[in-house]
Parts: sequence; structure tokens; C-alpha cells
Amino acid sequence: MGCITHRLYGSFLDKNLWQSVRHTAIFWQLVAVAVIAAGGMWLFGNILDNLDNRGIASGFSFLKSTAGFGISTSLIDFTEASSIGRAFWVGLLNTLMVSAIGVVLATILGFAVGIARFSNNWLLARLAMGFVETLRNIPLLLQIFFWYFAVLRSLPGPRQSYDIAGLAYLNNRGFYIPKLEFFDGSGWSVVGIVILAVAAFCLRRHRVVPRISVVLAVLILVFLLVSASVSVPALKGFNFTGGSVLSPEFVALVIALSSYTAAFIAEIVRAGIQSVPRGQIEAADALALSAKDRMRFVVIPQALRVIVPLLTNQYLNLTKNSSLAAAIAFPDLVSVFAGTALNITGQAIEIIGITMAVYLTISLLIAFAMNAFNRATAMRGLSTG
Amino acid sequence: MSWVRENLFSSWGNTLTSCFIGFVLAWALVPFVDWAVISADWGGSKRTDCNSGGACWVYVIQRFDQFMYGFYPVSERWRVDVVGILLVVALTLFFWPRVSARLALLCWALALFFCWFLLTGGVLALPYVETPLWGGMMLTVVLTVGGLVLAFPVAILLALGRRSSLPLVRISCTVFIELWRGVPLITVLFMASVMLPLFLPDGAGVDKLLRALIGVSLFAGAYLAEVIRGGLQAIPRVQYEAAAALGLGYWKTMTYVILPQALRHVIPGLLNTIIALFKDTTLVLIIGMFDFLGIIQASLNDQEWLGLAAEGYVFAALIYWSICYSLSRLSIKVEQHSGVHRV
Repeated sequence: MGCITHRLYGSFLDKNLWQSVRHTAIFWQLVAVAVIAAGGMWLFGNILDNLDNRGIASGFSFLKSTAGFGISTSLIDFTEASSIGRAFWVGLLNTLMVSAIGVVLATILGFAVGIARFSNNWLLARLAMGFVETLRNIPLLLQIFFWYFAVLRSLPGPRQSYDIAGLAYLNNRGFYIPKLEFFDGSGWSVVGIVILAVAAFCLRRHRVVPRISVVLAVLILVFLLVSASVSVPALKGFNFTGGSVLSPEFVALVIALSSYTAAFIAEIVRAGIQSVPRGQIEAADALALSAKDRMRFVVIPQALRVIVPLLTNQYLNLTKNSSLAAAIAFPDLVSVFAGTALNITGQAIEIIGITMAVYLTISLLIAFAMNAFNRATAMRGLSTG
Repeated sequence: MSWVRENLFSSWGNTLTSCFIGFVLAWALVPFVDWAVISADWGGSKRTDCNSGGACWVYVIQRFDQFMYGFYPVSERWRVDVVGILLVVALTLFFWPRVSARLALLCWALALFFCWFLLTGGVLALPYVETPLWGGMMLTVVLTVGGLVLAFPVAILLALGRRSSLPLVRISCTVFIELWRGVPLITVLFMASVMLPLFLPDGAGVDKLLRALIGVSLFAGAYLAEVIRGGLQAIPRVQYEAAAALGLGYWKTMTYVILPQALRHVIPGLLNTIIALFKDTTLVLIIGMFDFLGIIQASLNDQEWLGLAAEGYVFAALIYWSICYSLSRLSIKVEQHSGVHRV
């Protein structure tokens, strides 16, 4: 009897309790959604009113209108007659270019400094520490200003340029470097070079064909020789001709971004190396590996598992920080689109919205790519450290 | 001597490295020290007093007050000093073991209100000082502290929301956090300065400083939320179960059991976020505000003091560096300290 009562009562209670918990949950979620929706509606209503009052037309037709301004650095053709939409692409490509170059340089420098902190040379280890502690604790914008205004813009003019081995020149108008110039109609050999380079990368560990990478490298060289020539900058009158020029804005931005991020990467690399158990290093010593081989084959591969996820954040930061270009008028996405184009068209909501969406997309893509790389490195070798 | 041999000249490669670094350091440091200290100009009041060829610190000394207070009226600058002292006192409260966290929070809230009224004025015979006159280090500190204080409650709610069992709350908090973390601070500041006026009802003009503060705190809030979430994740399940066994509801569990422990866990992380925020406030110069870096940058274009970019930047770097470095030392100390007391 008691048992039956209990069962009836219990199941009734349980059901009720379950329902009440579920109902409370639904209730609070509905409240949250209602609050968000009401806030959103209020803001949206305000926007419509304000746009109406100020006579700003909403929509994306402004992207097709003529820009009317020039852009100093551009990877694609751009003139004042081009559209605002094209200015957007110019800015985006510049942002991507600076970020890509910055990521590569920051990684190389960061790993070098991070590993140098473990050097048995006291001076080198201290120097690496000094590098990290100095750069990490000074705002990036200040570093960009320093490189741009105090260093690069204070260089002598073209006639007194710093000469680097007769190949490159540094002066207050920029960094003049040699350029590869492809002859007309050599498009196919460029394709060939790319294919060969990819093949060389894929086959770099291949042991069936001996010295395959050397063969490929020679082939690439031959292709280059028949299809392109090197143009070296030379002083003609008051300025340089030939070669290509990297603007002071670009150089300052790349130096500041990559050294600042390198300081953070160096700390990550240090943490990663320290996370490798001591036993692994002793085992490598027992196998009589040299210090270099021990680092390369034992420590680094295991440290990478700690390093890579943290590296993602730094790459994301570097990409986002490249927006500081706006402060020294390097034409990146923020500077060209959210700066100049916004001032000309006044389409604040659309332009800021597009800019933020672009950065969000880049962030998601980098996170996605790095996660994929992380899975690939995590699978190799031991599953547990 | 044996130390030198072991650490600098143990092998051929080592010796070569030591010599190379020594050479580069001597090549770079000797001229720098000569420029910055030995042949620098310290005394005087005009540009023409700098004629030794070294650094012209006269400029920094002459401009020092402006670098600190911006365009704040000279006769009212004592108000900024009072606020500065008050902030330092309030900061030490947190590291004072006898003061309970609740009392410290209460003091903070009161102190901040007091500071805001003292700085703006317009009450009790204090002349009104409009915010465009604020600048220099004072503005940097106002942005950092103000941004943090506004961001902190939001961050706690976001962190709790992201760990909520209610899917809609969790999703909206996650989206909100990731949205701000995925975009650069400049776009947030642009948004705050250009777009925010459009979001508000017509006529509700918002102060430029307040707009920047809103932008900074939204941005900082998302980052703080992730730091706090890390602390929440570190709290063992049994703590929740113990609170439930005592019959505490969700908010009481969080306020009295979970958050005090979680926040203590993440003090180093919070300090790192504060350092990052302190450095990031320099970005407000892009939207035309004169923070510490902004006012130095602006003063470099002064016709009377041209060509002193290196001095200005070295001075700014020194100040930023000392503040950030001491904060990071503090963070390491707190980390070691809490490590000892952790179970």
C-alpha cells in the first residue's frame, strides 16, 4: 500500500517537478529573448528615425559610386575613378598582405627568441629576455609611431640613402628592393614554377628519389632564368628607378607588428618548451643526440602541441592589430574603408558593419585553419604527453 | 671568472655569439646612452637651450604637466591629484587582508562616484571642467579604470550566461562575447564614436569621452568575461553540489560560493587584461582624443619644438613600460602567492 502510494505520489511529484524546472527555464529564456528583442527594436527604431532626420539613405548602393580619392599602396589597379567597392577590396587585400607577412616574420622571430631564452650563452638568453620584456610592455601604437616617425621618416633623402650591398636602398621615401620582372608571355612558366614549388614542398621528405628537392630547385631556377630578370633600383636624378619600393608606412607597420607579436610568441614558445617533461630530454641525451637534434626531433615536436593553440590567438591578434595602420595612414581596410570612404559617403552603419563582419570572418577562418593544423599535429606521435 | 668561462666562452660557437652580441650591444647602446644621458640637455626653457646634440629633455620637462593633465585648467589640477591619490588608496584596499571584499567594493563604488564629480565639477563651487579638456595620463587612467569598472559587472553576467544551462541565454552570451573578441578595438571605437549617436534617440547627445568609454568597456567586457569563465571552470563540481545541499538558489550560489573563489583564481588573468587594456587605450588618439600618447604625438607638431620625435617617444615608452612592467610583476607575484595557498 505504502509502496503504491509512494509510487503514485512520487511519479506525480517527479513529473511536476520536472515540468516546473523546465517551465522556469523556458520562462527565463523567453524573458532574456524578450529583453534582447525589445532593446534591438528600440535601437533599430532610433536608427531609422535618425537616418530619416539626417536624410541619409540606407543601403549598399554607395559601393558602386565613384571613390574620388587615390590610394598610395594597392595590389590591384585603383584610380580616383574606381568605385568605393573596389576601394574596399584594395583595403582588404592590403590588410591581408600585411597580416600574412607579419605572421610569417613574427613566427620566425618569435621562435628564434623563444628558443634563444634557453641558450647556454648567458648573454644571448638575457638579450632574448630583454627583447620580450621591452616589447611586450610598450603599446603597439607607440612602437608603430616610433618606427614610422622617429626612424623611417627621419632617414636621409634619396641621394644619401643607406646602401645595402648595392641591391637595396633605405631612405625617407621607403625601402627600395630588387624586383623580379617577368617577360611578356611568361605566364606559363610562372604556373610551372608554382607547380614545381608545391611539388618540392610535398616531396621534401620523400626518400624514393634521392635529392628530389635539389632537382626541383634547379628546375625552378632554370624557369626563372628564362622567364624573368631582376630589376635593381638605381638612383636617377632625385629618385630611384627600377626595382620596387616598400612605403615607409608599410615597413613601419610590418616591423612593429611582427616584433610586438614575436615577443608574445616567444613567451608561448618558452612555455611550450618548458612543458616538455624532463624525462624526454634525458631520454634524448641517453640516445646521444646533439643539442640541436634534441631540440629539433624531441623537444619542439612535443612543445608544438602546447604552442599551436596559443599561437592561433597571436595570429588573430596580429591581424586585428594591423588595423592600427589607420594611425599612420597605411591604406588598410580600416584606413581606406572605415576612414576615407566613411568620411566621403557618411554611410556609417553599413561601412562599420561590413568592416566588422570582414574581421569576424577573418578571425573565424584563421581559427578554423589553426584548429585543423592543431588536429594534424596532435595526431602524430603520442596521444598523451 | 669560471662563471664567465662557463656561461659566455664554453665553446667556439659560444664565444663567437658572445663577441657578436657584445659588439652589437656596444654599437647600439653606447651612442644611445651618450644621446640620452651624457650629452643630453636638461636645463633651460626653450628649444634653443638644446644645443649639445644630445637628447632635448628640456622639452619633456617643460611639457610634463601637460602630458599628465592634458588641457585641464591649471588652477583645478589639484582635483586630478586628489583623484589619483584616492585611486591608489582604493587599490591598496584590495590587497589589505583585514578589509572584506564587500567593504572594498562599497568603498570603490563610492570613491568612483566621488572621483567623477570631482573631475567634472559643476557642483559645490567647483568650476565645471568639460571632458574635451581632459587629456594626458589622466585621460589614459580614466579610460582604463572607467572602462574596467563599467566592463566588470557586464563581464560577470556574460561569463555566467555563457556557462548557463539555458541554451538561448548561453547562445546569446557566446555570440556577444565572440563578436567583440573577433573585431579590432579601432572598429569598436569607430562604432562608438560614429554609430552610437545613431543608435540613441534624437537629441540624446552623448559625450565623446563617454562614447569612448562605452566602446572600451564593451570590448574589455568580452575579454574579461572569458578570463572569468576560466575561473568558473576551475571551480570543482562539489562546490555547486554543496551549495545546492544548503538549499541556496542560483544567484546565492554564485554570489556567496562560486564567484568569490573563481575571481580569486583569475586575479593574474585579470591583471593581464588590465595591462592589455592600459596599452590599448592609446587607440583613442585615432578617434581624436588626447590620451598620454595622443598628447605627446600632438605636441611633436608644435612649431616651437620641432624634430623631437625620438625624445617624445622614448619618454612615453619609459612611462608605459614602467607601469606595465610593474603590473606584470604584480601579476606574477599574486600567481605565486595564490599557488602557495591553493589546496
